[in-house]
Amino acid sequence: MGEGMLDSFFGVVKKRFNGNNSDDNNREMVKCPRCQSLILLKKYEELHRVCPDCNYHGRLSSKERIDITFDEGSFQELNADMISCNPIDFPEYSEKQEQLRKSTGLNDAVVTGTAMIKGIKTVAGIMDSRYMMGSMGSVVGEKITRAFEYATENKLPVILFTASGGARMQEGIVSLMQMAKTSGAVKRHSDAGGLYITVLTDPTTGGVTASFASLGDIIIAEPKVLIGFAGRRVIESTIRQRLPEDFQLAEFMQEHGFVDMITDRKKMRSTLYHLLKIHGYGED
Amino acid sequence: MDEKKTAWERLQLVHTKGRPTIRDYMPLIFSEFYEMHGDRLYGDDRAIIGGLASLDGIPVTVIAQVKGRDINENKNCNFAMPHPEGYRKALRLAKQAEKFHRPVICFIDTPGAFCGIAAEERGQGEAIARNIAEFMTLRTPIISIVLGEGGSGGALALGVCDELAMLENAQYSVVSPRGFASILWKDAAREEEACNIMKITAEDMLRLGVAETVIKEPLGGAHNDLDKISENIKEYLSLKIQEKLQKDIDELLKERYTKFRKIGEFTNLSDFE
Repeated sequence: MGEGMLDSFFGVVKKRFNGNNSDDNNREMVKCPRCQSLILLKKYEELHRVCPDCNYHGRLSSKERIDITFDEGSFQELNADMISCNPIDFPEYSEKQEQLRKSTGLNDAVVTGTAMIKGIKTVAGIMDSRYMMGSMGSVVGEKITRAFEYATENKLPVILFTASGGARMQEGIVSLMQMAKTSGAVKRHSDAGGLYITVLTDPTTGGVTASFASLGDIIIAEPKVLIGFAGRRVIESTIRQRLPEDFQLAEFMQEHGFVDMITDRKKMRSTLYHLLKIHGYGED
Repeated sequence: MDEKKTAWERLQLVHTKGRPTIRDYMPLIFSEFYEMHGDRLYGDDRAIIGGLASLDGIPVTVIAQVKGRDINENKNCNFAMPHPEGYRKALRLAKQAEKFHRPVICFIDTPGAFCGIAAEERGQGEAIARNIAEFMTLRTPIISIVLGEGGSGGALALGVCDELAMLENAQYSVVSPRGFASILWKDAAREEEACNIMKITAEDMLRLGVAETVIKEPLGGAHNDLDKISENIKEYLSLKIQEKLQKDIDELLKERYTKFRKIGEFTNLSDFE
């Protein structure tokens, strides 16, 4: 995938210092979607896509997330090969999937597997907003469900990094049912005493918020990320007024009681490790 | 069943003035209804009513989304679009039903959960998620019926059940056709086109494994014969409640999980290459 495409997927506007077509990559700029300040792309990437001015935590690919969170080489993917069919015969959906598989190198919007954090084994799921805005259709639903079932069977904790625009429209009612399927598997894991930590990343909305993302024993959010049920545009058109800037950001959701902690990316790995330890994992 | 109607024609029927609502059905299906108010946390949502009722002498808990029959009723019940406190009231009453071994009957009739500032502040997503998860393991039979519209997670929050029935012209969808057109094509005016390709009719629900039963409506729609459609609903409920009450509860819960577990269509990439 080209650099420009990557940037548009990550929701940042690429700008150059001078209007010419200089191919000097060191001077490429990105604009923070929260505070609008311009940041050198190189610096932004060095900071793992965290805005140095406002601390907005930008979108990572599932691969980048795995690299900064789990022990090197410990991630073992499950059901990597699974791809969606076209359950409601939606026009051009199959073609779109095929094209996205090529351009992103992903097979759908979530990657699941087992992974270690400082030697503690976990079941991990990482959603990737580059694939149809992280939307949940049959594959996301099935992989998350299987991840929880695997964790229940093997008495493992689950850590999910959510990033989703919600249910996948192109799979219609089948997508809606994935909310029930995944939540059912979460509930069984919970009833069996398993620990489930949700990490809400940018953005977590719609049917994912209204299912497994909200069901963690511990709900962590990254700073300044968008979390909500209804989209901003939908609410604005319902109430016919502009919403405040901080509406539905992680800090807003914490203030209203729906997020346990807001944790910086650079502290995420050690925070997750300590939470796992406190729950007795890794003491064989 | 009148096979010839398109999804769009059925949606028009569902939106017909005079289409019966739960308030019309309640006295014809149940012999008593004691309404219970409030979620014990924030308030009482008027878009969802709930309480105790008797179905042929069997005590049941009824939870229902309420559409208004005129503008005043609709203002009162917010056009059947619940706030989080509505879903939390539903969960409270479902838990009460579990405690006293009463079956739960849910009537779904909503364009969707309300989208607004207060709903977000009070955790619309969390409220729906909680209901879905808790209903999955609620240790008492649950039957849900879609009366008119079943829109999005706002419908599913009352839709995790042992069996789902659809009235013949009712629809169940990931989002309302209007919302679908607006999200996917940025053009709400393409509502009719969306409606016809979304696969949202009762027949579609049977085929996709979402619903088990279609309850026949009188010729021309439910509004043409309230007594007849109420009788059909009651007959279905009596049969199903009896059937589910006779089942071992652990077996019932296993089947409930499996009902949702098997929905989805996927394959392996390697099968193509």
